[in-house]
Formats: sequence, structure tokens, C-alpha cells
Amino acid sequence: MPILEVKNVTKQFGGLTALDNISFHVDEGEIRGLIGPNGAGKSTMFKNIAGFYKPTSGDIHYQGQSISGRKPHQIAEMGIVRTFQETTLFQEMTVFENALVGCHTRARTDLFSAILGLDKQKQRQAADKVMEVLEFMGLSERRDQLASELPLGSQRALAISIALVSEPKLMLMDEPFAGMNPEETNHMMELTRKVRESGITIVLVEHDMKAVMGLCNYLTVLNFGQLLAQGTPEEVRSNDKVIEAYLGGAN
Amino acid sequence: MNMLIRSIVGLIILIVLLIVPHFLEFHHQDLLIFLTINVLVVASYRLVTLTGEWSLIHAVMMGVGGYTATLLFLNYELGMWFTLPTAGLLSAAVAALLCFPLLRMTQFYFLIGSFAAGEAIRLVWIQFLDPFGGTGGLSGVSPPMIGDIDFMDPIPYYYLALTVVSICLFLLYRIEKSRVGLTLHSVHWKAPLAESVGVDTWRYRALAFITGSFFVGIAGALKVHYIGTITPNQYGIGFMVFILIWVIVGGYNKFYGPIIGVIVLTMFDESIRGFDEIRPAIYGAVLILSILFLPLGLESIPGKLKAWFIGSEVVEPPLTDE
Ligand SMILES: Nc1ncnc2c1ncn2[C@@H]1O[C@H](COP(=O)(O)OP(=O)(O)OP(=O)(O)O)[C@@H](O)[C@H]1O
Ligand SMILES: [Mg+2]
Repeated sequence: MPILEVKNVTKQFGGLTALDNISFHVDEGEIRGLIGPNGAGKSTMFKNIAGFYKPTSGDIHYQGQSISGRKPHQIAEMGIVRTFQETTLFQEMTVFENALVGCHTRARTDLFSAILGLDKQKQRQAADKVMEVLEFMGLSERRDQLASELPLGSQRALAISIALVSEPKLMLMDEPFAGMNPEETNHMMELTRKVRESGITIVLVEHDMKAVMGLCNYLTVLNFGQLLAQGTPEEVRSNDKVIEAYLGGAN
Repeated sequence: MNMLIRSIVGLIILIVLLIVPHFLEFHHQDLLIFLTINVLVVASYRLVTLTGEWSLIHAVMMGVGGYTATLLFLNYELGMWFTLPTAGLLSAAVAALLCFPLLRMTQFYFLIGSFAAGEAIRLVWIQFLDPFGGTGGLSGVSPPMIGDIDFMDPIPYYYLALTVVSICLFLLYRIEKSRVGLTLHSVHWKAPLAESVGVDTWRYRALAFITGSFFVGIAGALKVHYIGTITPNQYGIGFMVFILIWVIVGGYNKFYGPIIGVIVLTMFDESIRGFDEIRPAIYGAVLILSILFLPLGLESIPGKLKAWFIGSEVVEPPLTDE
């Protein structure tokens, strides 16, 4: 059953068509690769799905429901969370506090319980969840460090931790491997697989072909806002149009 | 150990606060009461700024509280036990209504928008002689009498104000240190990231603005019950500028920053009495010097001293997000 359906989505910025009538769907439990050269429209696609942009035309369905036009926080509440292409963290908060913000919808609190301390139980559960995720991402030792003091690999891991704490069903990951050394990449691949095994569907935007080919079961290729090709990694790798537009250019 | 030091410091502060009015002359006792009230003004303003939005309407919201208390007292003879919370609630209600137009704007536009909205409210006070009394305002508000204690005297009123302000500060502190406070910070530093995990940024900006207005409304009521009169001019842009100076000079990254700012500048203000003509110039100079040499405010001094003694680098949080 498709968890996400993108139906004829077009996104224009003034005269520029960043996405041109794109349709594809993602099944539950996949690690889907969304690839394409720079400026292909991958991040724009993510922003449309997560509600940061509204499609100029077309529709996006999540678990059978139309979500286009909803606000980012509403879509996040439904279980879609995106990570950002540029490392995006609360730099001046600690690792623990960063991840705690991710609890927002799952362990909601309000002003009065906060003042009166009525929700101790809920807060403890939230803290437990955060520690569980930090443990999982290998960050528990650094829980009291400021996010800005972390090395790049850990910053990326923290960005994913914030997303994971919110207990999403669908994660949109925008270039999680960018700027990582081979060792960090291997580690992050391992983690991504574990995330999928925990029941979260993943759509991965990534330029690192080793990671893409190693992780994804199916690829969707964009080029200049057009849907260029879809298929298994093997099929895509041997697709002439893709080789010309993307792999050819990259190698 | 840390706990022990904290308790001792807390106890000393408490004792100083309790005995200080007895060592002051009348004029300074008066000033002490205003200072106590202004501490609540800046602390509540900090809550508004937690989401990153600086408003220019905080002084007017204090006035809303003041007028509420005045009208309730003059027309219905209601006592402070009723006027204080009601003043807070009415300020909060006015703020809630203003959220709809104001929170469509951010940053500079919000600043200007909040100023315009505040001036509109002041215009209502000036234009509608009945019930607001126009430019001359209203007078005849008095503090309560409980048994033999006449709160018209500065010392009892100081204790009353100190109690109310302490309770409010405690509540503000709880809010800031709770998950709600964390969410407010997150809205400030990286709104898109907060949204991506489900934070409704509009709601949290509204929450900060409404709650901040609630507490400053109480401050307004506290003030009018002591001085007895209220005019639209007391809560104009002039007072708002003072709030901004206190907060900027004190620093706004920590809870106690603005409080230190208002205390130090009030004492400074008192010490340059007698230089009345050049006072604005002195103020301007202090503001410029503090922005130049202490961009993070007085609150950053302890960290700097510590670093200087230990000889390590000062880690300063970034001033703004990109
Ligand atoms: N807010 C915007 N306003 C105008 N043009 C935009 C905007 N966002 C993206 N674009 C344009 O849309 C096109 C697609 O951009 P997008 O960021 O989606 O590419 P991408 O596939 O993510 O590229 P990269 O691999 O470099 O991250 C680009 O030409 C870009 O300049
Ligand atoms: Mg991109």
C-alpha cells in the first residue's frame, strides 16, 4: 500500500518551473532514493510534501489523505518529518534539549501543567524516549554538549535524532551523507537501515551514489524538474537517459 | 555544595529585600516600589522576546492593566485582590485579540505594527473622556487598608508589591524552564526546524505575547494602586524606550539579565540626579557604551570574570540566527 502518493505536482517560482507535473508513489517500508543533478528539484519536492511550499498544481496524498495546502506542523503531526539539506540544529541548546524539542507532538504539554508541574510522568517518558534515541544514534555520551560544539558527523546524527524522537512514519532525508568521510558514511548507512527496520519509511535525497545504491530498493530520478526515470538501482544505473543527465556528468 | 551556596545566596537576597526599605528615606522608598514593579515589567517583556520578536506595545499593555484596575476601583469599589488578577486577564485578552493582525508580521514589521497598535489604544484613552478621562487621565485610586495596616505608606506597600512580583517571577521562571519555554526558544532560533517536528509557531508566538501581557497587566495595576493616578502619557513610547534600554543593557539571554539591567540603571539614574539637563545625553552614552563593550549585557560579566580568572576562552552564544 502506498504511504505517499505524489500526483501531477507542479511547482513554479515566477517563470521557473522547479517541478513539472511529477507523479510517483512510495510504498510502506521502502527506502526510496530521490536523485538527480544539482537543481533538479529534489529539495523542492521535499518542501512541497512537508508543507513548507504549496504545489502550484497537483495533489499529494499521505496514507490515502490529501495533505497539500496543510501547514508544516500539521503534516509533522500526521507523521511526516523532513530533515534539512543544510545542517539545521538549535545551535545554542544542548544535544539533549535539541532532541527534546522533537517530543513536541508526542508528549504535548501546556502552560498550566508546565507551571504546576502536573505532567511529571509525561516529561519523564519524553526524557526516556530522547535518551533511547540518543543511545540509538550513538550520541548519549554527548547529551550535555552544545550542538554547536559537535563534529559534523554527530551534528548530522543529531538532526536525525530530532526527527526520530517525533516518532514519524515517513522520514524525508535531504542529503544526510553530505560532507561525511567514508567511515562516517558507513556508520550512517548502518543507522539508516536500522531506522527502516524500526518500521519507518524513508525517502532519501543523496548525491553519494555508493550510499544510494547500497541502501535504496527503488529510485526516482529527477532532472530539471522532470521525472526522468524510475526503477531498481540496477535498472537506473543502466538507463541511458540517466547516464547522460546525471551519472555521466558526475563521473 | 552548589545547592548550599545557592540557598545561602538566596537567603541573603531575601533578607536584604526585606530590610532594605527601613534604611531608606521616604523618596527612596518610593523609588524602591517603582523598581520592584519595573522588575516585573522587564521580566515579562523577556517572555515576549523569547520567541525572537521584540514588540513596542509592552508599555501600553501595562497601561491596559492600569486602566482596568482604575475603572474597577472607581466604578465598583473593588479591592486589589480583585483588580490585580482582572487587570492581568484583560491585558491578556486585549493581547489575544491583537494577535490576529500583529502576528501576521515578523521582525521589523512586527515592531512597527505593535507600535501602531499601541498608539491606537492610547488614542482611545485620550479620545474617550468617558470612561478614560482623556489626556488628564483618572485619579482617586487608593491602596487597600487591612486592619490597622495602611498600604498608602511605602513600607507596607513595598512588601505587598514584593510579594506579588515574587510570585509572578516564580511563575515566569517556571514557564521559561519548562518544555513550553524550550519550545519558545526553538521558535526563536530555528523556526523551520521547530515546525518540521510539529511546533505551531504561530500559537507559541501568541502564547508568549499573551502571557507576557498578562504579567505586565498586573504590574500596571500594582503601579496605579500606589500612585493613585493614571494618564495615557505614563505608558507612551517614552516608557517603552526605558524598558528596551533596561533589557538591552542588562542582557536578554538569561532570565536575570533584564532584572539586573533595571536595578543597575535605576540606581545609576538616582546617582546622576542633579545633572538634569544632560541626563538624556548620559543615558544615550551608557546605551552606546554598553552595546559596544557589552553586547550581551551586564549578565555576561560573571562569565567574563570567570574566564579571565581561569584564563580560558569565553564561549558566547551567537547574537542572532542567520
Ligand atoms: N524559493 C525559491 N525561489 C526561486 N527558485 C527556487 C526556490 N527554491 C528552489 N528554486 C529553484 O528551483 C530549482 C530546484 O531547486 P532544488 O533546491 O529543489 O534543487 P535540488 O535538486 O535540491 O538541488 P541540490 O542537489 O543542489 O540540492 C533550482 O533551479 C532552484 O534555483
Ligand atoms: Mg537540494
